[in-house]
Amino acid sequence: MSLHAAFGLHLGDLDLEVDLHVPVGAVTAVLGPNGAGKTTLLRAIAGSVAIDTGAISLGGTVLDEPPDAFVAQERRRIGVVHQDYLLFPHLTALENVAFGPRSQGHGPSAARVLAADLLDRVGIGSLANAKPRALSGGQAQRVALARALATDPAALLLDEPLAALDAGTRIEVRRDLRRFLADFAGPTVLVTHDPVDALALADHVAILEAGRITQTGTITEVTARPRSRYVADLIGTNLIHGEASGTTITTDHGATLTTAEPHDGPVFATVPPAAVALHRGEPEGSPRNRWSTTVEHLDLLGDRVRVRLAAPLDLVAEITPAAVAELALREGDPVWVSVKATEITTYPR
Amino acid sequence: MTAAAAVAVAFFAIPLVGLLQRANWSTVWGDLTTGQSRDALRLSLICSLSAAGLSVLFGTPLAWVLARTRVPGRPFIRGLVLLPMVLPPVVGGVALLAAFSLRSPVGGWLHDAFGLQFTFSTAGAVMAETFVAMPFYVITVEGALRSMDQRFEDAAASLGAGRLTVFRRITLPLIGPSVAAGAVLAWARALGEFGATITFAGNIAGRTQTLPLAVYLELESDQDAAIALSLVLLVVSLVVLVSLRDRWLTRG
Repeated sequence: MSLHAAFGLHLGDLDLEVDLHVPVGAVTAVLGPNGAGKTTLLRAIAGSVAIDTGAISLGGTVLDEPPDAFVAQERRRIGVVHQDYLLFPHLTALENVAFGPRSQGHGPSAARVLAADLLDRVGIGSLANAKPRALSGGQAQRVALARALATDPAALLLDEPLAALDAGTRIEVRRDLRRFLADFAGPTVLVTHDPVDALALADHVAILEAGRITQTGTITEVTARPRSRYVADLIGTNLIHGEASGTTITTDHGATLTTAEPHDGPVFATVPPAAVALHRGEPEGSPRNRWSTTVEHLDLLGDRVRVRLAAPLDLVAEITPAAVAELALREGDPVWVSVKATEITTYPR
Repeated sequence: MTAAAAVAVAFFAIPLVGLLQRANWSTVWGDLTTGQSRDALRLSLICSLSAAGLSVLFGTPLAWVLARTRVPGRPFIRGLVLLPMVLPPVVGGVALLAAFSLRSPVGGWLHDAFGLQFTFSTAGAVMAETFVAMPFYVITVEGALRSMDQRFEDAAASLGAGRLTVFRRITLPLIGPSVAAGAVLAWARALGEFGATITFAGNIAGRTQTLPLAVYLELESDQDAAIALSLVLLVVSLVVLVSLRDRWLTRG
């Protein structure tokens, strides 16, 4: 039972136009900045908003295809774990989990047995009688997951499942979540803005920016060849747009770069920050690319310093604090830059 | 500033003190236990509780429709429902009389078809009280429905719950305190109802003569009894006010 969602939806300022396919048993992470439409995408699949065009289907069943078909939210058999869990505050953990089975027509005692079993499985059986306000973030997340699984859903949607957790709990819950998702037979869509979550939990990622999916593929594919500033920033690399002609790239701002492998036409090029070398005077030697510019900003990041450079190529260089001291770099200083042609990865746009 | 404020406080306090000071404490209990007083107390209790009950029964779905659906003419419906709050109650009574008296088409039909008569009957007193009390319930519950986090309802629906289940098991418990507050408010308003009741249902001892009507009548004959009955209404109002304090008086 795979999930297909190819639809358009206008909601307020948001103009969402996506095409998403999640195979059975697979986990797709939808990664994107705030306001890109991630939650709305989930709401459309869950059925709490109707789409304007296109179709959403699960297995062979059409869930939403205007103007003819619309399956009501309560009949879609899609489990949802909401961003802030939305545990019903007046019900205990057990009653929260039993709510779905009860609504599906299970008797009260059968529903409770099922719920107790699920709470045991997510490791918080002892908290069955606790009210949500007495639960920690990690515990609430587990109850929310158990509640979503209790209806035996055909697909699972997770909206920023780890965003509300502190760093310590996050690692633990992420590990457990990974185990549960591996056991889950249906397609799963995971919405997150954290690439670490996507890397740990998902097989595929879809990058959603301003209502459009800009890139899809495995995590490795997407991070190896970023196609937007957002992805480049996520993995911390420099992304350059340009026109290639043989081993020369002319950037949109008119600067040129020499690369090792030849290409022709519009290309993306990535330059790892660690491959950008800085010098006080004009460097000599092998690097094919060198130019002078000024230091715009210095940023200490762990044991590295990220140096943001001014035009013509707004690159970020990553050097050691010792190198910064040796070069006596300060913001506004002139500096020479060199990049070896072999460090630049080029791929068609 | 403070002087003017003190005048205002005095303005509210003096009538209260006056009532307490004029009360004949030695006969209060006797005045409250006369046949007529007991009838009025009993009738008031029955009518106001019925009015509060009817308000909950019909006001809850109405509040839900106003808060959650997009029926056409919603602002108009809301205005209509809230009208009794600003309408002089006696006008409400006249309107009810015009609509439901035996000589009116609706009232006549109800009487001929079902044998129902509202004018000069306890049912009429309940109707008049519900007419003025229900709006208080409706605005309270509508406000609560609007301000509650509706994503809980979404979450419940995604777990397979139909509309009615969502309302019964999620919405209603979450707005429970407001439902209670609205019901108490409507009950208190019904208990104090005078104008619409006396106009529509009349002032018949044991049948339509509620506490405020008895106070009004006793004022002519037995002032001590009128004051004793007034004290009952005063105490009830104070209790309601204190119990709703958190909900109505100290917002935010």
